[in-house]
Amino acid sequence: MAKKINAKEKYRLFTRDLDWDYSYENRSEAFPLEEFEGIKITDWSKWEDPFRLTMDTYWKYQAEKEKKLYAIFDAFSQNNGHLNISDPRYVNAIKIFLTAVSPLEYQAYQGFAHVGRQLGGVGARVACQMQALDELRHVQTQIHAMSHYNKFFNGFHEYSHMHDRVWYLSVPKSFFNDARTGGPFEFMVAIGFSFEYVLTNLLFVPFMSGAAHNGDMATVTFGFSAQSDEARHMTLGLEIIKFLLEQHEDNIPIVQKWIDKWFWRGSRLLTIVAMMMDYMLPNKVMSWKEAWEVYFEEAGGALFNDLARYGIRMPKYSETIEKEKEHISHQAWWTFYSHGNATGFHTWIPTDEELDWLSEKYPDTFDRYYRPRWEMAKKMEAEGKRFYTKALPQLCSVCQIPMLFTEMDDPTLNCFRDTTHEGERYHFCSDGCKDIFIDEPEKYVQSWLPVHQIFQGNCGGPELDDVLSQFYRMNLDEDNMDMKNSLDEKRWKKWKGVA
Amino acid sequence: MSKVYIALQDNDESRYIVEAIAEDNPEATVIHMPAMIRIEMEGKLCVNRESVEEKMGRDWDIQELNINLITLGGNVEESDDCLNLYWNE
Repeated sequence: MAKKINAKEKYRLFTRDLDWDYSYENRSEAFPLEEFEGIKITDWSKWEDPFRLTMDTYWKYQAEKEKKLYAIFDAFSQNNGHLNISDPRYVNAIKIFLTAVSPLEYQAYQGFAHVGRQLGGVGARVACQMQALDELRHVQTQIHAMSHYNKFFNGFHEYSHMHDRVWYLSVPKSFFNDARTGGPFEFMVAIGFSFEYVLTNLLFVPFMSGAAHNGDMATVTFGFSAQSDEARHMTLGLEIIKFLLEQHEDNIPIVQKWIDKWFWRGSRLLTIVAMMMDYMLPNKVMSWKEAWEVYFEEAGGALFNDLARYGIRMPKYSETIEKEKEHISHQAWWTFYSHGNATGFHTWIPTDEELDWLSEKYPDTFDRYYRPRWEMAKKMEAEGKRFYTKALPQLCSVCQIPMLFTEMDDPTLNCFRDTTHEGERYHFCSDGCKDIFIDEPEKYVQSWLPVHQIFQGNCGGPELDDVLSQFYRMNLDEDNMDMKNSLDEKRWKKWKGVA
Repeated sequence: MSKVYIALQDNDESRYIVEAIAEDNPEATVIHMPAMIRIEMEGKLCVNRESVEEKMGRDWDIQELNINLITLGGNVEESDDCLNLYWNE
């Protein structure tokens, strides 16, 4: 009987051995995007893939994951799993997930499929190809999982259309657009490394554990199934960084600049996850601050200690990022609460128990800066004056987040930065975003900023309600406004037989 | 020294994998969270095929870890017999 080949040899045969040299075509024409970013690759054969997964094994394990996953979706659906969630408010976190995150999985698929064609090394190409397929699987499984909720709750009906248009969804959309319009190596550092290695953990691990804790069997199952692929993606991300740094010393400052940019961009993007964890999970697993300490500070710190030998340091603005964990979830939820007439999900005032939990988890900031706002909101609501702001927010020209962040050393003062470029003034939420703009103004002057677009008359109108209902396709008074007295809440009470 | 970590879905298969990891890495900390189990240890951690097979009572391929894996932190080194996580510092 023939001897079974080991994993290392099999990997060599199934990847490296499938590559070929170019005899009559110029190699640089076959891989035209490999040089313009300034990255120098001297030897692609030095690429190491620690997982050594080959295509046949990939299909085998992915098929097994899918079978398990869809059996659970069926069980969830057949047994009316939505009735077992902790609290109907929870579903609003899932609405954000479907409209903000799932379309990013599709963009990740597009990005990795593109890069999987453009990188010159076969090992990297195969890994990117697998990741592209993973990302396509993620968007599909997420749509399938959430289609069950769409039958029973408002706000799920136009996730894809909304992703392209709604004001706060331009934040995740433009993040990926930015990464995908970079060169292949910037994309790998942005998404493969910065996003996958450190930041997605925060969404797919503690938040998903929270989904389980709130009885959402469908979401935790797709979340962990997706994350099982992420473990491979993280390894790819770390590999690309080590590879770039080992290939040429000229790569180091370029990679460092991308790390600075994309850790900042990623931290900004995760503001919405911070808010989901602290305010939208009725049963708590851990606070955003605690999750941040485990997955960003501890895990990211370990990573950067490991990369120090290449001359890579912690991302720029790390000191600001460290302070932000005390504030951003509160600043974001307050912003969405006060713009709750224009959101595709419901908002609410935290219950007294939840306010106590926040006070306990944020002893240095919550009672001092944020609790008084909620006490005020409670008073106004009791008087029949639930607060909705009438103004449209000013947006940061880079991250596109409303200017909701404060100076971290003075949380009573909003943070504003600006610069002029070719006679036009541009506004930013932070030094991080401003620096990113200044480095590539030609790119960011093209940002499709939703509020600017509304004022320019490109989103219908003239009234805000026209924009929301016609341009965004929100069902007014069904998808938006407070959770209290919403159709979602009324239906839930009916199902549960509560008056 | 920084910690490496691995998180697995809390299910029947992982139970054996976690037992094997805990035995092979006596200094590891096992943390149970809703739906998941996180194992962390300073510097390095190994998952050995033989130990898992012993616990499960069947053949087990190291790449089967992919099915129940949620996340990991550290440099990865995989062979037919084990998966090692480590930091270089």
